[in-house]
Amino acid sequence: MDSPTTYFHWGFILISLPNLLVIAGMVVLFAIALVAPFPHGGKDDGRN
Amino acid sequence: MDATSKDIPEPAGESANWTLRVRRYIDRLLPMDHLLPDRQPYYVGSWVYVFGVVTIAALVWVVVSGVVLSFMGPQWWHVSSLGRFFNSLHFWSVQLFFIFMVLHLWGQYFMASWRDGRAATWLIGVVIFGVSILTAFTGYLSQQNFDSQFIAINAKDAMNGAGIGAFFNVLNFGQMYGLHVMLLPIGVTFLVVWHIVMVRTRGVVKPIDPEGASKS
Repeated sequence: MDSPTTYFHWGFILISLPNLLVIAGMVVLFAIALVAPFPHGGKDDGRN
Repeated sequence: MDATSKDIPEPAGESANWTLRVRRYIDRLLPMDHLLPDRQPYYVGSWVYVFGVVTIAALVWVVVSGVVLSFMGPQWWHVSSLGRFFNSLHFWSVQLFFIFMVLHLWGQYFMASWRDGRAATWLIGVVIFGVSILTAFTGYLSQQNFDSQFIAINAKDAMNGAGIGAFFNVLNFGQMYGLHVMLLPIGVTFLVVWHIVMVRTRGVVKPIDPEGASKS
């Protein structure tokens, strides 16, 4: 906990490992949300 | 007697009192079946539409834990085990708030949800994002520990460089704490309510190419 974290440095991009993991997790979660089946998501002619 | 407003005949004409005109305006702008709908179009059946409501749920936890922290004070949230639990609850609910707000932003960006008269809804969302960042920054300054002192000492140069150091003094704990627990949360909450009302008013935006439509 007291030691500094790992940083990645590509050109002008400098990002810590924890921040990179959070962003990667968000991208994965977003992709899952796009493809995962939604319960009770059948056809509905409700308001649009 | 169980008299409701439906039992009482309304005065005819536009010359009626202002409360009636306001009520009619609200009825036209946002009928109750739009404010609290029980059905949604079929394309809303996707997990992408859940990100926004998870953001609101996280905001509720942020506010609730923040109220407890402000009531008990820094000595409690730094020393006692229950205080540290609520401190962590506040911190992690903020993390979830930002994560799901950005996921909601991605979803709305890729479906271009500013279409069909929803530009104001999108812009209010942008302002919520900005005010939330300001609230988070003042939160870091309100921790009452070495971390907040380190951030304040470094941030003051950025504020002075931007020319707003005289009005926004990050070394002034009272000002930062007041902004964090009072003005900015009121702003975020008000804007979120406004955002939701606008979403309910217009309904969810249609997909860019709805299923079975516009085959060219």
